Amino acid sequence: MSDESRPVAPAMRVIVPLVLGAIVVAIWQVLVWWLEVPKFVLPAPSLIVRSLLSDYPSLLVSLWITLRITLMAFVIALATGVALAVLSVQSRLVEISIFPYAVILQVTPVVAIAPLILIWVGVEHIDRALLILATIVAFFPILSNTTLGLKSVDHNLRDLFQLYGATRWQRLRLLQMPAALPYLLGGMKISGGLALIGAVVAEFVAGSGTGAGLAWRIVESANRLNIPRMFAALLLLSALGITIFLLLAGLEKLLLGRWHESAMQRER
Amino acid sequence: MSATPAAWAAATTRTAADEPAAPALIRIAGVGKRYSGGTQALQGIDLAVAEGEFLSLLGPSGCGKSTLLRLIAGLGEPSEGSIDWPRATYDAAGRPERSIGFVFQEPTLMPWATVFENVFLPLRLAGARRRDVAVQVEGAIEGVGLAGFVRAYPRELSGGMRMRVSIARALVKRPKVLLMDEPFAALDEITRMRLNDDLLDLWAGRGWTVLFVTHSVYESVYLSSRIAVMGARPGHIRELIAVDAPYPRDEAFRMSTAYNEYCRVTSAALRGAMGGSEP
Repeated sequence: MSDESRPVAPAMRVIVPLVLGAIVVAIWQVLVWWLEVPKFVLPAPSLIVRSLLSDYPSLLVSLWITLRITLMAFVIALATGVALAVLSVQSRLVEISIFPYAVILQVTPVVAIAPLILIWVGVEHIDRALLILATIVAFFPILSNTTLGLKSVDHNLRDLFQLYGATRWQRLRLLQMPAALPYLLGGMKISGGLALIGAVVAEFVAGSGTGAGLAWRIVESANRLNIPRMFAALLLLSALGITIFLLLAGLEKLLLGRWHESAMQRER
Repeated sequence: MSATPAAWAAATTRTAADEPAAPALIRIAGVGKRYSGGTQALQGIDLAVAEGEFLSLLGPSGCGKSTLLRLIAGLGEPSEGSIDWPRATYDAAGRPERSIGFVFQEPTLMPWATVFENVFLPLRLAGARRRDVAVQVEGAIEGVGLAGFVRAYPRELSGGMRMRVSIARALVKRPKVLLMDEPFAALDEITRMRLNDDLLDLWAGRGWTVLFVTHSVYESVYLSSRIAVMGARPGHIRELIAVDAPYPRDEAFRMSTAYNEYCRVTSAALRGAMGGSEP
């Protein structure tokens, strides 16, 4: 039996990476202490945790700000992406008129349009600029994946719906939407991560408004050479990213669980 | 009738083919189909389908038998000629209300929906409520021998079982005509024979009409009361062969000399339709 085909117990999927992580952190801790690395170059894990605990009120506020922008950007991207995808499969005219601009938005680096957006919304509304930039980044995977999904309906099923006189709405709701669901969920996983990246990059470029997000904490900590706090902010950012990914993966499993090939466990 | 199959074959040219005495259920007159690419898929098809018959369209691949079936179903319009439903009522837009069930070559089930949901679909699209038709849907599922699988997903069923679901879905609205497009071609021989028998059981005594597309001589003879042998380039009906053996048919029929004789005659007609050349 080859190693790849051996079934892995679900618990092992959690335990093994955690053990690896613990080993790496332990080595890190020992090396920093052994080689007496200065804390503004590489702080020991223990120091990062201490910094996280002592600074947690301000860090949590920053986490909340970043989380809020990420979530709002994701939800807006999801709603507009799905709506435009549905519109574009209903009408060829809408499709050919929208798509080039969606691609332009996608391929233009968000960093490059940040100053423009800032001018448009005004410097007193930086949070709005962050939201717009993060949304632009998160939008495209939803649009392109959903459009692809809506179009990849089995031809015979399409004929079957026509045969039984399905209305446009019935076809969309009972056929195209379910067929597009796996594609949409794939798009959502990409887009959830991109929304967070968008929120962070936008804050790096545009600065923070009234409240500072995690990205701004990192910039600020770097300026003050408070490297432990920078690592603490970084830790929170990746925890946030992981949480978003796990939630969306869970949603995918929940919705596709029994019917889609991707969610099937094969035993051989 | 006392005529032997050989005598039948001699008598069944296209014009002599038994035009049914009762008004036909479907009347196909001079139908041709040319695709926008210029391919002439069908030409000069004349065929009257009688109520209650089991008619097979037999021919090599590319002879347009599936195209003809789809035209009858209303999936696409003939480029010339007409397909009439003399006994159907017409809707406000002037289209015949066809009362058909269609079984595709693949089971064509919605993978995200349970067996129940899949079979419920035609009724649902017609505006029926789940509660009102649950018994009817479950009856159709039982009718194809899948009573225990109402809540299963297509992914969890074998190929033969999926095809049974597809047949249940085609029958759930109790159509007058069942159109089947090489439904068992992808199945193994054993499953195929069982489904052939079950299909005949379903058909027996219910008075509905079956139009069955196949490229298997043996399958067409076993199932049909009449076989339309088709030729290609462009698709046309070469010969109509009545299979006069009584129903119910079973293993004994498959072993009989009459069956062999029908197969021989039909094979010869098919060879003739292919112009002696291999497909």
